[in-house]
Formats: sequence, structure tokens, C-alpha cells
Amino acid sequence: MMRTLLTVFRKEVLDNFRDRRTVVSALLMGPLFGPVLFAFVINLSIEQSLSDADTTLQLPVIGREHAPNLMRYLESRNIAIIEGPEDRAAAVVAVKAGAHDLVVVVPGAFGEQLAQSVSARIELISDRANTQAERDARRARRALAGYNQELATARLAVRGIGPQVLRPINIDEVDVSTPSGRSGILLGMLSYFFIFALLMGGMYLAIDATAGERERGSLEPLLSLPVTRDQLIYGKIAATCVFMALSLILSLCSFFVALKFMPLQQLGMTPNFGPGVLLIAFLLLTPFILLGAAIMTLVASFTKSYKEAQTWLSVVLLAPTLPILIVSILTLRPRLEFMFIPSLSQHLLLVDMIKNEPLNLLHVALSVTSTLALGAVLTWVCARLYRREGLLGNL
Amino acid sequence: MIVVNDIHKSFGKVEAVRGVSFAAPDGRITGLLGPNGAGKSTTLRVLYTVLTPDRGGATIDGCDVVTNGLDARRRIGALPHGAGLYPHLTARENIAYYARLCGLGEQHIANRVASIIELLEIGDFADRRTKGFSQGQRTKVALARSLVHDPQNIILDEPSNGLDVMAARSLRRLILRLKDDGRCVLFSSHVMQEVAALCDDIVIIAAGRVAIDDSADGIRERTGCDDLEDAFVKAIHTVVPA
Repeated sequence: MMRTLLTVFRKEVLDNFRDRRTVVSALLMGPLFGPVLFAFVINLSIEQSLSDADTTLQLPVIGREHAPNLMRYLESRNIAIIEGPEDRAAAVVAVKAGAHDLVVVVPGAFGEQLAQSVSARIELISDRANTQAERDARRARRALAGYNQELATARLAVRGIGPQVLRPINIDEVDVSTPSGRSGILLGMLSYFFIFALLMGGMYLAIDATAGERERGSLEPLLSLPVTRDQLIYGKIAATCVFMALSLILSLCSFFVALKFMPLQQLGMTPNFGPGVLLIAFLLLTPFILLGAAIMTLVASFTKSYKEAQTWLSVVLLAPTLPILIVSILTLRPRLEFMFIPSLSQHLLLVDMIKNEPLNLLHVALSVTSTLALGAVLTWVCARLYRREGLLGNL
Repeated sequence: MIVVNDIHKSFGKVEAVRGVSFAAPDGRITGLLGPNGAGKSTTLRVLYTVLTPDRGGATIDGCDVVTNGLDARRRIGALPHGAGLYPHLTARENIAYYARLCGLGEQHIANRVASIIELLEIGDFADRRTKGFSQGQRTKVALARSLVHDPQNIILDEPSNGLDVMAARSLRRLILRLKDDGRCVLFSSHVMQEVAALCDDIVIIAAGRVAIDDSADGIRERTGCDDLEDAFVKAIHTVVPA
């Protein structure tokens, strides 16, 4: 039994290592897809956060001469005042056309209104539908509100009233998240990339076990050999598992390297992703390998051709995201019963680990056993289905 | 020795085989002849155990194909119709893979594979990957693969399909050699001339039934036709009305 299984296993590994398509998808695309996409997203969000604090906002103002103090205040807030369009009408047209993201209009009566202590009018022209511009508009609005607050405080002080009158409530926010904790939100994506890479690694082998062999015409001669079908299918699933494990290891390592080159500290994140975590992540995901290999082999065995198998297996690739997505949207905390759901349990445990929180050993045990059990059951179902006559397809 | 006893097999509503019986003794070549869709492949598939008959059965050297499939398969070398190879493996690796699956000892495999490569005259391309092989090359490698464990019974499903004259000739030589070795060779074909030239016994089947089971001369005599092709047509009409 073991010898046959090993023979099938060795042949599948050799065969697939020589297949450029399998190697590219298993050992290149799967492991690299995650880090590349991740680097892209991280860089984008770093760019966004940088533009808020460190870059100077160019603000076109019409009638700057009517409010010199305000202009000085804005400049102190890292906002550069530039020459605006000729008049208000031109400003509206320019913003509509996208030539300017926003324009501030200071009417001629501004200084006079301020002096008389009536509410002085100021206009901020922006396009709320333009989300990119809206960020700058919000920044300008915040700066103007700050100036407003400053003037109000000064006026109250003149009248002998403390500025506390304007602040009946003072809200102090206490953020308990650690830098590792904040990493969790973004790095929660990681777990899916690992699962994705893992599944990609075994996809072509899983197809090959049934649909591929059938389409090539090599299934029938194989089944006429003096071996049991169980030996054949278990050997094939074992080979699928090895490719999945390889792909997972590559994916973990490529992330390990990629994270070193990402300026995550600038985003206030210090993910806990050292070699030790790498190893534990691999061990936590190992039970999912058997499950993934069994599910993919199972789904492929129902299809009539290689093409059809590919179509269905891309659905399988996406399926593990579903529970992760639902829990992320509902922002549910890890719970005991979640540990029975494969992919979700691995995701929650990985997120905990990346956040540098202690692993709940009961959760780990449940995740490992339930995923392994389901994997074993599905492997057995695969073997049962491999005994069907219908396996040969249209006779 | 292959003994087929009243095999029935249906796929849904289609009755592919309805009561086929015959025997293929050792040291003889038995031809399974019939038009397309007669039930030849289904019968052979039952013999090499990838299909289970609805009724009836068969034995290979006394091993029941239904209840003792594994032992039956040990005694069979089967070449299914349109058998495919693994394109990323060389011809030699393809053959060695089957040798290993058949349980040959690791120390014998290389020798055995080498001798079967010599027997089938495929040495020229034995160490090339089989991707892009011609139909003739593929058939030869597939045949070598199915003979690697030295089976007593050889079942070939339309082996000469798609072969050119030279390849078909060397296939015929090989089949005769297997017969001289005392093997039981059973092969199917829809080409009358091929069967007539090679077979000691001819089983003509049509519409899932045996129309006639005899030697070439016996068939001529019983149908009263000197021409084998006429005899074939006449025999078929005994089970399928014209």
C-alpha cells in the first residue's frame, strides 16, 4: 500500500515540476500575488497619510488682501496661499472643470464684518463628488474652523470670559491599540493571501487527478493496473498537499522579506512577523492543506474537462474569503464557535498572532482538529468517488 | 485464459452489451470484431475491470473480474482505446512508472524496462518526453507500458487505430510473438482484413450480442460466403435485421 502510494506521489511531483504551467502558478504566482498586491496597497496608504501631514496644501484664494491675518494663520498650518481665479464665477467654473480642487472666496466685506463682530462670511467652493478633492477641502475646512475657534476664544477673553465656556465638555480619547494591534487591520489581509497561495499551489495537481488524467486518456490504463483506486487517489492527494505546502512556505517567506522593505512604521504599525511567527503560521495553516487538497480534488472530479475544472476551482479559490469577509464586516471578535470554521479560524488566529496577542490554546486545538477532521472526511469522500464507474466520463 | 460468461451492461437506457459469452485460450489470438457501437469496448472494459457488469461475469486465469478485480488485473496487460501518456515524462519514465505500480522490484525495473523498450523497438525515442509523439510512437509506448509486468493475458482495444503501415506491421509481429510465447491475446478491431490475417478465433459481435464465434474458415463455412467481408455482414444480420 505505502509503496504504491509513494510511487504515485513521486511521479506526480516529478510530472508537475516539469510542467511549466504548474510551476508558474504554484510556485510563482500564488506566493508572489499577495506580497505584490500588499506592497501596492501599503504604498498607496502611506502616500495618502503622508500627503495629509507633510505636504503643503496649495490653496487658491480670491480676495486674500481682505483677510491678511487669516492668511497668516493658514500659512502657519502648512497651507500655501496661491492666486485664485479672477472672480467667484470663474472659480465655480474652474472647480467644476477640475482645474482647481477647491477655491476660498473672501468677500470685500470680510474685514468690516469681523470688526463689527457680526458673523463674517467666507466661501469655500469645492466639488463634494470629487473624493480626492474632498480630502483637501476637509483640511482647508479644519484650518478655517481652527481660526474661527481662535477668534472666538480671543473675543471671549476680551469680555473677561474664560475659554472653557465654549467647551462644556472636553473629550479625551484614549487609544489602547498598540502599534502591532493597528497592524492587524491591514495585515488581516495576509491570512487570505496565504490561503490563496496554498490553494493555487495544488490546483493543477487536483485537476490532474481526475479531469486531467481523463482528458489525456491516461486514466483508463492507470485504473487497469493491479493497484487499488484508493492507493492512486491517496497518492495524488498527497502530492497535491506537498505542492500546497511548498507554495505556502514560499508565500510566507516572500511576505517575510517583503514586509522588511515596507515602511510600515510610518503607518504606525509594527507587525509581529518574525521567523518564529512564520513557523507558527505555517503550522496553523498546515491542517488547511489537507482540506484544500481534498476539496479541490473533489470538485475537479465532478467536472467533465480540464477547462470546466479550472472554472469551478477558481470558485473554490475564492470560497475561503467568504467567512473572513463576513466576520471582518461585522467586526466580530474571535469566539469559540468560529474555530470550527476552516479558513476563518486560521485567519483569526493569525491576526491575533500578528497583533502580538497571546494565542488561545483551546482555540488553536479546535481549529487544528476541526479542519483536519473535515479534511480527512473529504479525502475519504474523494476516494469513494474515485471508485465510481462514472469517473471515466462518457463511455 | 479469459472466459466471458453472459455479460450484460447498460448505461442508462442504452443496453451496450446484452449477453456476451466467449473464451480466449492461451497461445491463441482471439479477435473481437464488430461495427462501431457493437459493445466491443464495453466488453473489454469489463474484462480489465474498469466497468462492473450488470449481470454475468468473466474470469482471467480463474480470477473473477468482479469479486477479485485486483488479482485479475495482475494477470492482464490492457491497452485501452486511445490510451494516453504523461507528456512531461520520457517514454522510459512512463514505462517505469507502470512497472513500479505493478509491484516490480526496484532492482529489476531498469532491466525490465530496457528489455521491453528493445522488444518494441522504441529505443530511438525512449528518453524523449512523450509530448509531441506521433500516434504510432504513443501506441508503442502505451503497449510497452501495459506489457512491462509480463502479463499472461493481453487485452488490446483497437490497437491499430491511427497507425501507419509500418507501425501496424510491427504491431502484428509483436502480437504473433506474444502468441508464440503462449500468451492469451484478445484484441478488438473493426477491420476485417486485420482480424482475418492475425486471429485464430474470431468473435463477431453486433448490437451487444455474439453473432458468431469461430475460426476464419469456420465462419466462411457457416455463413456460406467465401469472402470474409460478406461473411461478416451476413453474420451481423443474424442479430441485427437488415
